[in-house]
Amino acid sequence: MRNHLVRRLTSLARTDEEIFLLTGDLGYGVVEEFEKEFPEQFLNSGVAEQAMMGLAAGLANSGYKPWVYSIANFPTFRCLEQIRNDVCYHNLDVTIVAVGSGFPYGTLGYSHFGIEDISVMRALPGMKVYSPANTLELDFVIDSCLKYGGPKYIRLDKGARSTFERVANPSALTWAYKSINNSKFSILTTGTILSEAIKAAKLLESQGILVEVHSVPFVNSEALTIEMLQNRFVVTVEEHSLHGGLFSCVAEFVATNILNTKVQGLGVNPLKLQVTGSQEYLRKIHRINADAIYSLVCLKGN
Amino acid sequence: MRTTDIARVSRVRALQMVNLAKSAHIGSSLSCIDILSVLYSRINPTQSLDRQEYVVLVSKGHAAAGVYSVMSSVGLIPLEQIATYCMDGASFSGHVSAGQFVEFSTRSLGHALPYAVGRALAAKRKGLKIQIYVLLSDGEYDEGSNWEAALIASHLELNNLKVIIDRNFLQSLKSTEDTIRLEPLADKWKAFGWSVETLDGHNHKSIEAFLSTKSTNPSVAIARTIKGYGVSFMENSIE
Repeated sequence: MRNHLVRRLTSLARTDEEIFLLTGDLGYGVVEEFEKEFPEQFLNSGVAEQAMMGLAAGLANSGYKPWVYSIANFPTFRCLEQIRNDVCYHNLDVTIVAVGSGFPYGTLGYSHFGIEDISVMRALPGMKVYSPANTLELDFVIDSCLKYGGPKYIRLDKGARSTFERVANPSALTWAYKSINNSKFSILTTGTILSEAIKAAKLLESQGILVEVHSVPFVNSEALTIEMLQNRFVVTVEEHSLHGGLFSCVAEFVATNILNTKVQGLGVNPLKLQVTGSQEYLRKIHRINADAIYSLVCLKGN
Repeated sequence: MRTTDIARVSRVRALQMVNLAKSAHIGSSLSCIDILSVLYSRINPTQSLDRQEYVVLVSKGHAAAGVYSVMSSVGLIPLEQIATYCMDGASFSGHVSAGQFVEFSTRSLGHALPYAVGRALAAKRKGLKIQIYVLLSDGEYDEGSNWEAALIASHLELNNLKVIIDRNFLQSLKSTEDTIRLEPLADKWKAFGWSVETLDGHNHKSIEAFLSTKSTNPSVAIARTIKGYGVSFMENSIE
């Protein structure tokens, strides 16, 4: 996904000389292509995230459209006040890209878990938060970012992911990967954890339980619709904390619109943050994988 | 008006503003009013912010009374507007806020220098002849973001960036040297690859000369000042 993003940026820069790629000394094998073609629209600020984000604000106020690239918590938490005061308060056109959100760097431990970023970014004024599941969604996200001149945050998984067949498009902002008429169950996911939801939906289908699967790449109540939630049991799945992420977003929408919806969230277990391992292993430990989704829906379905 | 006259008028205005608003940080404002008077005299009131030849960024945002009083004295903002300083709903709050002739809000310390590096880099890359001036306090040099920005500016050879440090030797609770020792400050900047000058921060000619000096790298003036300058019982006092 990160390679796809930088390739898109490189091609965009060919017609837009204001696109500027900033990296905090990360992106080996990813950013070089951009740097080589557009050295004047590129800067490696070094391992200095606070200065990098302030610098991005300065570039943005000079007419550039900076894309700030780094890993998980470095372009977010390490420089949170710069994002808040310098970028958001001045409503500047800065796009923050965090690679490795969730558990892709799971073997490196908690410092590299990107599991509170949606909540924190969502709380900032004017910040649009994106969490694409695959390269198709990423293209949609990049297009959305280009149309919005304020602060944006994109969280990406690390590796390349296969693209899924797009089943339907109930709204421009939410993607239905499995659509069923009058379904009793819906699974809502954000990010690449979508693959676990699709796996669970297939398992459930084999047991005669039909569930819808929606991906929410734009984590915002604007992306949700009453139709996809009303009169259902909804399971939200995220490789992220349950506090302030997708689950909170859906629960806020249900409460605001007084829907007849039961929402249960599957997210990161705060008591298991000492455990390290592969992304697949940690998804299992935190009960956010296909098995966990399957078990929960089976329990409610019977 | 000469910059020394601007400073004299501004001192009185800043005192009135702070007295009226019952607000704080008058000492920090008085220590840098001479520097601010020289800096803001370079701003052209008939041109909009994006057409200025000089960009002034005040990192020590708590010196807002000093900034606004000087801005009113040089005709950038109307006098009657600064009378609302710190009042409910006023545009001119207790810390420097973005608005007319202020492009960047500085309320938390250590933010303006990294931002200025972005502005200076953009000017270089776009081939614009803009000078970026930043006023830093000395106490705020405890912030790591300033050191990061100093490294980057020097590496990028941003000679369109000039920093003035309001070196009054006092920070919130004690002297800077009793808090977290900054000296030898000039040597630190030199080691970071900056052109360094030490000058009297109340001497307008010295400040002017520093701003007019050309160099091949970013430059900094350590401007020795007196906190509370101009009011005998406030001078060099943290109270």
